[in-house]
Amino acid sequence: MSDTSIKQDSGLVAWLLADFPQNAFQARCQRAYIGWLSFKTNPIAMLGLIIVAFLCLVALFAPWIAGGDGNTQELSNRLQPPSMEHWFGTDELGRDVFARIVWGSRVTLYIIFLVSIIVMPIGLIVGTASGLLGGVFDKILMRITDIFLAFPRLILALAFVAVLGPGLENAVLAIALTTWSPYARLARAETLTLRSSEYIMAAEIMGASRIRILFAHIMPMCLSSTIVRLTLDMAGIILTAAGLGFLGLGAQPPLAEWGAMIATGRDFLLDQWWVPTIPGIAILIVSLGFNLLGDGLRDVLDPRNSGGH
Amino acid sequence: MNDIARPDFAPASPNEAPLVSVKDLHVRFSTPKGPVHAVRGVSFDLGRERLGIVGESGSGKSQTGRALLRLTAGNGTIEANNMTFDGMDLMQASEKTMQSIRGSRISMIMQDPKYSLNPVMTVGAQIAESCRRHEAISKKDAKQRSLAMLETVRIREPEKVYNLYPHQVSGGMGQRIMIAMMLITNPQVMIADEPTSALDVTVQMQVLALLDDMVRERGMGLVLISHDLHLVSSFCDRVLVMYGGRIMETLDAKRLDQAQHPYTKGLLNCLPRLDGSHDDLPVLKRDPAWLTEGEAIGERSL
Amino acid sequence: MTDSSTVQKAAVDFSPYVKVVKTIGGGIFMLLLTFIGLTAVTFIIGRIMPNDPVVAIVGDRASKEVYEAMYFQLGLDKPIWQQYFIFLGNVLHGDFGNSVMTTRPVLEDIKRFFPATLELATIATIVGIVIGIPAGVLAAVRQGKLIDHIVRIVGLLGHSIPIFWLGMVALLIFYAKLDWVAGPGRIDFFYDGIVEPFTGIIMIDAAIAGEWDVFKNAVSHVILPASMLAIYSLAYISRMTRSFMLDQLNQEYVLTARVKGLNERSVIWHHAFRNVLVQLITIIGLTYASLLEGSVLTETVFAWPGIGQYITNSLFNADMNAVIGGTLVVGLSFVFINMLSDILYRIVDPRAK
Repeated sequence: MSDTSIKQDSGLVAWLLADFPQNAFQARCQRAYIGWLSFKTNPIAMLGLIIVAFLCLVALFAPWIAGGDGNTQELSNRLQPPSMEHWFGTDELGRDVFARIVWGSRVTLYIIFLVSIIVMPIGLIVGTASGLLGGVFDKILMRITDIFLAFPRLILALAFVAVLGPGLENAVLAIALTTWSPYARLARAETLTLRSSEYIMAAEIMGASRIRILFAHIMPMCLSSTIVRLTLDMAGIILTAAGLGFLGLGAQPPLAEWGAMIATGRDFLLDQWWVPTIPGIAILIVSLGFNLLGDGLRDVLDPRNSGGH
Repeated sequence: MNDIARPDFAPASPNEAPLVSVKDLHVRFSTPKGPVHAVRGVSFDLGRERLGIVGESGSGKSQTGRALLRLTAGNGTIEANNMTFDGMDLMQASEKTMQSIRGSRISMIMQDPKYSLNPVMTVGAQIAESCRRHEAISKKDAKQRSLAMLETVRIREPEKVYNLYPHQVSGGMGQRIMIAMMLITNPQVMIADEPTSALDVTVQMQVLALLDDMVRERGMGLVLISHDLHLVSSFCDRVLVMYGGRIMETLDAKRLDQAQHPYTKGLLNCLPRLDGSHDDLPVLKRDPAWLTEGEAIGERSL
Repeated sequence: MTDSSTVQKAAVDFSPYVKVVKTIGGGIFMLLLTFIGLTAVTFIIGRIMPNDPVVAIVGDRASKEVYEAMYFQLGLDKPIWQQYFIFLGNVLHGDFGNSVMTTRPVLEDIKRFFPATLELATIATIVGIVIGIPAGVLAAVRQGKLIDHIVRIVGLLGHSIPIFWLGMVALLIFYAKLDWVAGPGRIDFFYDGIVEPFTGIIMIDAAIAGEWDVFKNAVSHVILPASMLAIYSLAYISRMTRSFMLDQLNQEYVLTARVKGLNERSVIWHHAFRNVLVQLITIIGLTYASLLEGSVLTETVFAWPGIGQYITNSLFNADMNAVIGGTLVVGLSFVFINMLSDILYRIVDPRAK
C-alpha cells in the first residue's frame, strides 16, 4: 500500500523528516531538505545546478586549470586550430583560447556578484520600505520605479556607459541601474501581504521599531522570491553584459571577457571559426545553466507554478 | 416564478433496472510523492432516486463522482469490474461516446461558481453552449432556451443576467446559473459535488431547494456529494458513507439512527443536538482495520 | 427567492465606457510621467557627458568669440532647470538638434533609420506569435510528452543564446558558406535607390512599386536578422503561453467545459485559450517593445541601418544630440507600446477594473 511505505531512516534523515520539529532551526532545515528532495527529482534543474557549480569551480581553480594567465602572447603561434596543446586553438595574438575561456569564467562570476549586490539591496529596500511605510512615500517611490520599469534596458545601459565611460564596472553599474525596478515591485507586493499578518502585529506589540520590523521580519521573507527572480534574470544579465562587451562598451582588452572575445574574434570567423565560436558557446552554456536552475528553484519555492496536479 | 408543487417521486423500486450501476470501482493517481489509491473498490446502484455520498475530505467521494463521467485528472486511472449507465458500458465507451453522454445525459454541478464558470465568457454564452453542443438548434433558439432556463432557476431578469460575466454575479446566482447550464439538456443523472459548500449559509438552503425541485420535477437520478451528513440525509433517499476510498455503510436516509458502522456512528455523534447532553464534541475515532476489511474477499490487494 | 440586489447593482454598472475612458486617461497620465522621467534622464546624461557640447558644434579650433556666442545660443549660461525646460520645449517641437556625424537634423535621421528597426521587430514579433503560441499551447496540452520537452528546451535555448553571436554564425553558414541568403545590410548595392521610399520599409515599397527583383532581394536580406530576433520572441512567447495554459488547464471551469461534453479542441481553444489570450496581450506588447530596443546588437552584426546602430555609432563618435534623440524615441515607443497593450488588456478582459 502506497501510503504506508514510509522508509525507516535513521539519524540525520529522520531528524530532517520528523513530523514535529523541536526548534526553529530544525524546522528551517526540514524545509530546505524537503525542497531539496523535490528539486532532486527534477533532472533539468539538477543539470542547471551542475553547470553553475561547474562554473564556480572553474573560476575558483582558474590558475591551475588554465595553466597560464591567458594573456601570454605568442605571435608566432597565432590563430592555430584546436590541438592537443591548445584545446580550443589560439587567437589572433597567439593566446590560448582555452586559458582565456577559463579566466573569463571569473569575469562572468564577478559580473554576477556585482549585479547581485547592487540590485538585491536596492530592490529590497525600496520595495519593502515603500510597502511598509505606504502613503505619499510609497506613491513617489513606485512612480520612480515605474519610470525605470518603462525604460528600454539595453539603450539605457548604453547611455549610462556613454556617461561613465566604457569598462566592466561601469557596464555592470549600468545593467544594475536598469534591473532593480522589478525587484522593488516584487518586494513591495510581498511586503503588502506580510504587513497585515499577525506575526508582524505581534512584533509591533512587543515594541519592535519600524526599522527592526523591516530588516528582521519583512526582508528575510522577501529574500527567497528575490533570489529566484535574480537566478531567472541572471541569463539575461550575462547576455546584456556580453552584448555590451561585444559592442566594445563593457570589459576592455586584454581582459578575457567572453563577449569582448567574440567581438575581437569576429574578423576571423570565416577562416578561424574557433576564435569567436568558442566564447559564444561558453556564454550559451552558462546562461542556460542559470535559466535551468532558476526554473527548478521556482518550481520548488513556488509550487503554484510547478504544473501537474 | 415557477412554483409548481410536484408530488414526490417514489424512490426507485427494487425491480426497476438501475440507471447507473458501479461494481468494484478503483481510482488511482500517480503523484511525485508516489501512487495514491483514492477510490478502493466502491460498488453501488443508482436509480431515479436521490443518493447521497458522505465523507471527509480525501475519502474519495468526489473522485467517485468524477469517475462516473470518466473525468479523472490526467495522472489518474479508473478501473472497475462494471460501470454501466442505462445499459451502456462506460468503461468500454470511446472518448467520443463519453463526450456525447457528458452534459446531455449525465451532468455535474461543481462546488464554487467563482471558479467553475469561465471568467471571460458571458454566462448566457456558457449556458447556450451547453445545449448547442448536444442539439442541432440555431443560435437564436439556444438563446431563447437559455433565457427560459434562467427563469426556471428563478432568476428574475434573465435578459440582463444573460449578458453578465461570472464575476458580476453573486455566489448564489452563480450556482443557479451552473444548475441552469447543467439542466438545460435534461440529463437523466445529475452529480452535485458539494454544490453549496462555497455559498453563504443563507443561500445554501435556497439553492438546495431549487436543485431538489428540479430533480423531482424531471425525475432524474441525483448523486449529492457532501461532507455534511445532516444535509445529505435530509435531501436524499439513501446515503453512502465513505472513508478512505471505501464505502463503510449504505443507509436509508430516514433510518440514520440505525447505523451499524462505528464510523457512521462517530459521524452522527459529532453533530450537535438540540437535546444534547454532551459536554464537548467527541473526537472522531478511526480504525485502520476499516481500510482492510473485506480485503480478503476481493482478490486485489495493493 | 431572487437575487434582485445583485442584478440591480450590475444594472447601474454601465462600466464599459467609463472603464475605457478611465484607463486611457490613466495610461496617458502614466505616459506623460514616464515621458518627463525619460527626458530628465536623457537630459542629465547629455549634461554630464564628458565632452563639451559647444566644441561638438563649433569644432575645437573655433575662436573664443565663436565659442562664447554658441555657448550663449545653447543657453548653457542659464540655470540647469531652465536648460531642461528649453530642452523639453525643443523635444516637444521635434527638435533634437543636428547630428554632428551626419550633419542632418536628428529627427530626419531617426525618420530614416527607425523604419528599418520597426521592420525587423514587426516581422520577428509576428513570427513569434504565429509559431510560439501554438507551440506553447501544444506543449501545455501534452505536458511531459516529447513535444513539451522540445518546446521547453527550444524556449530555454532561445533565452540563453547570445543572439549577436548566433547572428555571426548564421551569416557564416547561410551567407558565406551556403550562399542561400543575402549578406549584411538591407539591400544589395545594385538595387539600392530603385524604389521611392514611401513607408520606409523596402519590402512594402518595392511591392507597391511592383519591383519584384528589389522585393526578393530585400526579403533575402531580412530573413537572417529577423530570424535572430524571432528566436527571442519565439522563446519568450512560447514559454509564457505554455505556463499560462498550464495554469488555465488546471482551473475548474475547464472541468466544467468537459462536463458539458465539449471535445478537447473546444475545451482548449474555446475555453482555456481565451483566458490565455487575455494574458498574452501584455506579453506580446512587451516582446515587441523589447525587440525595438533589443535589436541594437542584431543591427550591429548585420550592418542593418536601424535606430540601434544609429545610436551606437553616434555614441562612439560622441554625437550626443543623436544619442539623446535616438534614446528618447526608442524609449517613447517602448512606453507607448506597453501602454497600448495595457489599455487593450483592460478592454478585452471583462474582469479588469
